[in-house]
Amino acid sequence: MAAATVEEIRANAYVGFDTITQQIEHKLLKRGFQFNVIVVGQTGLGKSTLINTIFASHLIDSKGRKEADEPVRQTTEIHPVSHVITENGVRLRLNIVDTPGYGDQINNENCWDPIVKYIKDQHSAYLRKELTAMRDRHIQDTRIHCCLFFINPTGHSLRPIDIIVMKKLSEVVNVVPVIAKADSLTLEERDAFKQKIRAELQYHNIRLYPFDTDENDEEEIELNESIRNMIPFAVVGSERNVIIDGKAVRGRKNRWGVVNVEDEKHCEFVYLRNFLTRTHLQDLIETTAQIHYEAFRSKQLLALKEQTNPRNAQ
Amino acid sequence: MTDSYASTGNGDASLLTPNGSSKMNGSSPSLPTTSNEAGGASIIRKKLMGFVGFANLPNQVHRKSVRKGFQFTTMVVGESGLGKSTLINTLFNTTLYPPKETLPPSAERPSTVAIESISADIEESGVRLRLTVVDTPGFGDFVNNDESWKPIVENIEARFDSYLEQENRVNRQKIMDNRIHACLYFIQPTGHSLKPIDVECMRQLHTKVNLIPIIAKADTLTDEEVVEFKARILADIAYHNIHIFQAPVYENEDDEAIAEAEEIASKIPFAVVGSDQEVTTPDGRKVRGRAYPWGVVEVDNEDHCDFVKLRQMLVRTYMEELREYTNDVLYENWRTEKLISMGVIQDSSVFKEINPAIRIQEERIMHEAKLAKMEAEMKMVFQQKVQEKEAKLKQSEEELYARHREMKEALEKQRLDLEDKKRRIEAGRPLTPEKIPTGRKKGFLRT
Repeated sequence: MAAATVEEIRANAYVGFDTITQQIEHKLLKRGFQFNVIVVGQTGLGKSTLINTIFASHLIDSKGRKEADEPVRQTTEIHPVSHVITENGVRLRLNIVDTPGYGDQINNENCWDPIVKYIKDQHSAYLRKELTAMRDRHIQDTRIHCCLFFINPTGHSLRPIDIIVMKKLSEVVNVVPVIAKADSLTLEERDAFKQKIRAELQYHNIRLYPFDTDENDEEEIELNESIRNMIPFAVVGSERNVIIDGKAVRGRKNRWGVVNVEDEKHCEFVYLRNFLTRTHLQDLIETTAQIHYEAFRSKQLLALKEQTNPRNAQ
Repeated sequence: MTDSYASTGNGDASLLTPNGSSKMNGSSPSLPTTSNEAGGASIIRKKLMGFVGFANLPNQVHRKSVRKGFQFTTMVVGESGLGKSTLINTLFNTTLYPPKETLPPSAERPSTVAIESISADIEESGVRLRLTVVDTPGFGDFVNNDESWKPIVENIEARFDSYLEQENRVNRQKIMDNRIHACLYFIQPTGHSLKPIDVECMRQLHTKVNLIPIIAKADTLTDEEVVEFKARILADIAYHNIHIFQAPVYENEDDEAIAEAEEIASKIPFAVVGSDQEVTTPDGRKVRGRAYPWGVVEVDNEDHCDFVKLRQMLVRTYMEELREYTNDVLYENWRTEKLISMGVIQDSSVFKEINPAIRIQEERIMHEAKLAKMEAEMKMVFQQKVQEKEAKLKQSEEELYARHREMKEALEKQRLDLEDKKRRIEAGRPLTPEKIPTGRKKGFLRT
């Protein structure tokens, strides 16, 4: 039976079911939101600083090697940290996963394995909780919604390890590439670098967030286009305040000038922050659930069926 | 670092002259000569009564070396994108390295560290410098960077090898010195401390080349970060016992030079910014630098970065020191190791005064004596054998004779017997039951 186009009927009097949005909001505000981010990149690119800058609070510590006698980490480690930040009555439970040791050794083969495994483990844990007969009303969501991938500001092109890891990660999680320490590139260098990166990503068929789906309306498509033109974001992070024109802003002070982190002409931090928190936060969570998790789930269930079917057939 | 050394490349066996002034190759006249007090020889210091004129020696050396020209080879090591080519262009104020064209994403990337070298002859105020820069593209860029320093170390050793071979040639007029005199090691400005690949590579290189660590792209770091980072790098270097190039300080230099040397030494590792382009500062000056939206970094401004100090160390003040240290210490160590490993033992009798004719005569006499001895021996052996043989033959001869006699007697007896029987038969006696011998005649017996 073909699905007929649904006709919209206008009610004769005000019914009042448009308050459902407030009811949902009320419910959701009570529950709070959950957002999980993983940061991937070499040591010393400013990952921890950037996270602290985005959420304007000290959430994670830099895990660089500061002393000569500190041993070098031999594998990529996974350090999840949980915080709850509140703004205007909205509670956001933030889970930030740091990956110290990535790309630090001389031989970096398979240094991305712990990361991919961790992401898949979160999907797997959620699936298991979903499949139990007696499951909780609200399953705790530890699936990673966004991966910030930090690129070294060489100005030349992506390194082989970056390409491999981005490809692997973009299959399991939403990847947002970021050019770290962008204050080492002049504006022309930055543009040239971005173009090269985009060309390389296209050449290797790496699917980057945001994805366009059919449900998006024109405005959203336009917004996604503009985001795609800006990826990768060239950012500068700073937790310290400097005085510019009498105002205290976050920035970095040098002898030749002051980098204002929140100035769009200096770096693209503002765009990244808006993208992550103001416009696409909900979309990131949804895409993880609908696209990545579903893909993982279907693969797992098919595999389970394969396992049980031959047994039944015997 | 010692301050006594001999000049090499001049053909003599390098014996230190006991009361000599040591000659230097191409030093600037401001460096003082140091007197050699070798071997404990007592040196009598005399005062000059009048003007002799040997104070002009430095000028003579100067003129000669300017005529000869200078050679300097430096190597740049570091991950790609740290600004090595730009820095070289900035240091020598020429576009030695053309701007890099990037490969399209589909191009084949090389899978090992390559070694490329570029040479240029530059001239300034009549002084010619043949500058060679050895680049190492691909270092630290791969996923697996194990042994990525191997091609670099091999290249340095190959250059030492070729110099050693040139020194050992019969004709040593033209020796090309393309040993690496300085190695600029570029460190990524992470702000934390040295990465494992940096530590490992520096450990492999520091015994073979003068290491000068450099913090690349230092305009990413604020002042406090630079200070902290430098302290951490030096701590790491000390912890791993890495030997970086230290400018030598001589006792009899003037205060200004000492102060300068200290200043340079205090800034190691140098935090540099490179730029081969000219930009305009907010106050209208045209300088070499990088223009950002928030300000302009000037390369030649000592407040902004350590580029000026690096240039001083590398070119203005210590280029000759670097060259000498490479020649006298690094190369000599390597040479000793290599010769020992080849089994060459120090033989002090090799170069004594010997007249070759006498030597040959002696040898000939020795040889003849040996031959004579051999001859005598052989004769003796021969005689002995002959005697033995004679004795044996004699013995057998006697035996034969003995047998001969015996047989003869036996036959005689038989004959007598037979004759007896014959007489008896003729006398009519009966035959004895003895058999009548049927004349067993032996071959040579005739009756």
